[in-house]
Amino acid sequence: MLKIDALEFGYRSNRKILDHIEFDVANGECVAILGNNGAGKSTMLKCLNKIIAPQKGRVVVNEADILKMTRLDIAKNTAYVAQKSEGSRITAYDAILLGRKPYIKLAPKKEDYQIVENIIASMELEKFSLRYIDELSGGELQKVMIARALAQEPKVLLLDEPTSCLDLKNQLEVLKLIQNITKEKDIAVVIVIHDLNLALRYCDRFLFLKDNEIFCYGGMDIMTSENIGAVYQVPVTVESYQNQKVVIPLT
Amino acid sequence: MDNKKKTACGVNYDQYVHRKALTIVTLLILTFLTALFAISAGSADIPVAEVLKALFGFGAAKNVLVTVNIRLPRILMAIVGGIGLAAAGCVMQSILKNPLASASTLGISQGASFGAAIAITFLGGGTVMGNTADAVTVNNPYLTSICAFAASMFVTFVILGLSKARKASPETMILAGVALSSLFAGATALLQYFSSDVQMAAIVFWTFGDLGRASMQNIQVAAVVTIASLIYFMFNRWNYNALECGEHTATGLGVNVSRVRLIGMTVASLTAATIVSFVGIINFIGLIAPHIMRRFVGNDYRYLLPASALMGALMLLISDTFARLIISPIILPIGAITSFLGAPLFLYLIFKGVGHHAEN
Repeated sequence: MLKIDALEFGYRSNRKILDHIEFDVANGECVAILGNNGAGKSTMLKCLNKIIAPQKGRVVVNEADILKMTRLDIAKNTAYVAQKSEGSRITAYDAILLGRKPYIKLAPKKEDYQIVENIIASMELEKFSLRYIDELSGGELQKVMIARALAQEPKVLLLDEPTSCLDLKNQLEVLKLIQNITKEKDIAVVIVIHDLNLALRYCDRFLFLKDNEIFCYGGMDIMTSENIGAVYQVPVTVESYQNQKVVIPLT
Repeated sequence: MDNKKKTACGVNYDQYVHRKALTIVTLLILTFLTALFAISAGSADIPVAEVLKALFGFGAAKNVLVTVNIRLPRILMAIVGGIGLAAAGCVMQSILKNPLASASTLGISQGASFGAAIAITFLGGGTVMGNTADAVTVNNPYLTSICAFAASMFVTFVILGLSKARKASPETMILAGVALSSLFAGATALLQYFSSDVQMAAIVFWTFGDLGRASMQNIQVAAVVTIASLIYFMFNRWNYNALECGEHTATGLGVNVSRVRLIGMTVASLTAATIVSFVGIINFIGLIAPHIMRRFVGNDYRYLLPASALMGALMLLISDTFARLIISPIILPIGAITSFLGAPLFLYLIFKGVGHHAEN
């Protein structure tokens, strides 16, 4: 269970980027953070595991405020997948093993390797696990980054636009993977995403950010043409297609 | 080296790890053999068997004298210096996320040159000797080394101070290094302009770099600093690996990025400054050794650090042997040789590239 309480952040004291952010995410639930460019979505995500330290508020994971934890303890509770992953000349296996870093003291133990290999097997990454990650396709790299985050065995998974550089097939694959992980691992997932239709398809709840504050937060019922139009300043209609809500811009 | 294990998912990670380990062991053997050859070769050729005897105090007195007193310190300094400069360069390239980072790029070498120039010009560190091989020499090496070390550490602390004010960003560190490098190069040129002919020759001679300049005491100090820094770097290998994935990802993995950068830069600069202050400017080793090994073992610092360190030792040994033998008995300046041999090799690596696939 993730609970965010009265979170505030600003680069300068007189200019708030985030103001009074409050919401919670249950285990096994995936929440989409939506809003315009510059609304503070990515900043909020980074505040949730103190990559950026918020000025006020609490981020509670299973009764403990992670903002008061050491960096290593935060990494054991939350895992973060950046918007743009930097490919390096390390193998996919070693990149996933890096997820065990918060637990490694001098060298990885047998159980660290076992966890990595279980993740590789469950995500079917064997065929490129010994390839350098700077040679992988965008979709493969993103899966490796998610696998690395899972190797941290987090209670909360934070993903910053995980599908922004992917083609349609990979977008669907990666989001389906995230959806499965959320349910199977029973973890709280917060995902910043731009594509409303993908959010509708794969996320359980939705949080709209507007003017540095939460505009609205809830389930499918808040995904209305009025709310979306007000946040994005674009007229839209929300239709139903095969029992699935679909957002269609009207401009 | 980290423990390896049998795989459960059909991935032969053991074999992959063995290949990396084999590269490091091969380098270790090559370094040892090159060191033996380097001790045996010279104006007085001594067979390898005699070298081995002499190293343990047996054999002809002349061989013991040449091997233990003259060549061994030089070879040891080449190994220690190569390891230190390459490991420092490797870590600087990681911390600063810049493939061109090294002691020379960051102004540490230029700071050392300026310190040496101060010692020679104002504190009486340089003079003329009668020997043709050493027409000009530095007659107060301790004073010169201390001044060179002090100046290069001054550069380091200015860079770190400026960087800390800007959250230790790699860009700030590099730009501060480039600015200080230019400042100290200009200051050294001014000192040379106003110094006497003898002093100027001594400054130039110092900057050439010379492994034979280091005493056993110097080598011991350099070895202690190098070993301590290598242990520190290896202890932080996972942090450097995490930094390769980006600052935010590293933070998300529990790395205190600013602290790793600041301490890492301090230790790397201290190592480079110690070596440079004893032997003068040796270009390219810190830059090129990590690049060569990246082609073979990738960017994983568990393997890249020891492999780069050994490659640095090997390169410096080969360069020094080349410098001693090519127009023996005259010994060419080692700094010029490392640049001369390193640059074409660097260009070859850029345009050709080897070992791209980890699976190959």
